Amino acid sequence: MADLNSRGMSREQISIPPDGAPLDVQPAWRQDFPIDWPQDLYVERRDFMKFMVLTSAAFTLGQVCIGLQNWYRKQTGQPPVRRIASVDDIAVGAAIGFAYPDEHEPCLLVRLTTNEFVAFGQKCTHLSCAVIPQPAEGSFYCPCHEGRFDLRTGVPIAGPPRRPLTRVVLERRGQDIYAVGVEERTT
Amino acid sequence: MPKPDDLHFFIDPNRCIGCQSCLHACTECDTHRGESMIHLEYVNRAESVQTVPVVCMHCEQPTCAEVCPADAIKRTSDGVVQSARKPRCIACGNCVVACPFGVPELYEDRKIMMKCDMCYDRSSVGKKPMCATVCPSQALFFGTREEIERLRPQSTPINTFQFGAQTITTQVHMMVPRALATRATYVDVAAAMDEQPRSRAVSLKVIGDPFADVEV
Repeated sequence: MADLNSRGMSREQISIPPDGAPLDVQPAWRQDFPIDWPQDLYVERRDFMKFMVLTSAAFTLGQVCIGLQNWYRKQTGQPPVRRIASVDDIAVGAAIGFAYPDEHEPCLLVRLTTNEFVAFGQKCTHLSCAVIPQPAEGSFYCPCHEGRFDLRTGVPIAGPPRRPLTRVVLERRGQDIYAVGVEERTT
Repeated sequence: MPKPDDLHFFIDPNRCIGCQSCLHACTECDTHRGESMIHLEYVNRAESVQTVPVVCMHCEQPTCAEVCPADAIKRTSDGVVQSARKPRCIACGNCVVACPFGVPELYEDRKIMMKCDMCYDRSSVGKKPMCATVCPSQALFFGTREEIERLRPQSTPINTFQFGAQTITTQVHMMVPRALATRATYVDVAAAMDEQPRSRAVSLKVIGDPFADVEV
């Protein structure tokens, strides 16, 4: 009867291929898919370095892309001025929806007091759900993950969002309210 | 921590009394809680009440691992073939079909294969597997080779099996009578497949036609 420890193999490599041939004449896939647990867990230094370098490169490339995107946004300048509503269309403490700068960017115009108006993009900065204005509670409410933003400034005050809502710059010309630009903020 | 090298598993089918203690002890093991991994097989149920406990034999060339397409079955450095690794197992059942001893079990509800792992939480710290602790006749024995030789002078352990053209050597040993072991150095797993069951058909002689005289 064969003694378990007399095969002259390291403990790492104990399983024998079915044909019994030595490991160096076995097909290459046996090295990639070893049956022995320690070999399965083994990571070569070269593989580890390859992983680290490629991951770092991916992060660096991502940063460059973000920088380019910011630069491009600054170059394009502000979107065209557009009339949103008349002052009389909206009661104090009420909100109306509009799209600015194009139909894919839903926004909310809120009349805080008689002369104070604010407007923010409706997309929650967490996962782009539509926020609901709740002027009575002084906040925008995102029902997806219980996120809340301040009604006056758009900064996040509760829930998962970390960035403020996109602000729409307003201008009052007589009895009309115009959107004159958007301001994407990070803090 | 690996299983100590001097401790081995020995199965002695001659001693099995079919009490099913091992089945129930097996469910208590923490590596496969609530599921019994040991099989208690009847050798020839029509003729005999003889049973054989079947645990994983922990092959040197694990066929289950060879056929696994998901690379899920691994063998630790002490020679114990572990249950399928959960993140990898795709519940294809290749191992169930391939195993010469019929050990792996497929749990379709949770999409995983589970098999006897020699109670790795216990054997890896030098304790006996659950089945070996409860077996009243010690048909399932876990200990050193010196112990088994002292306890069973009539038998000798064999760990070579023949399954068709495949020769299998295992970590788990089967106790066979010493006289037989000198003549045959391996156990043929599939030998019983060729045996034809004795015919038990009952035939009754019919004496003539009982309705011959009846006028219709």
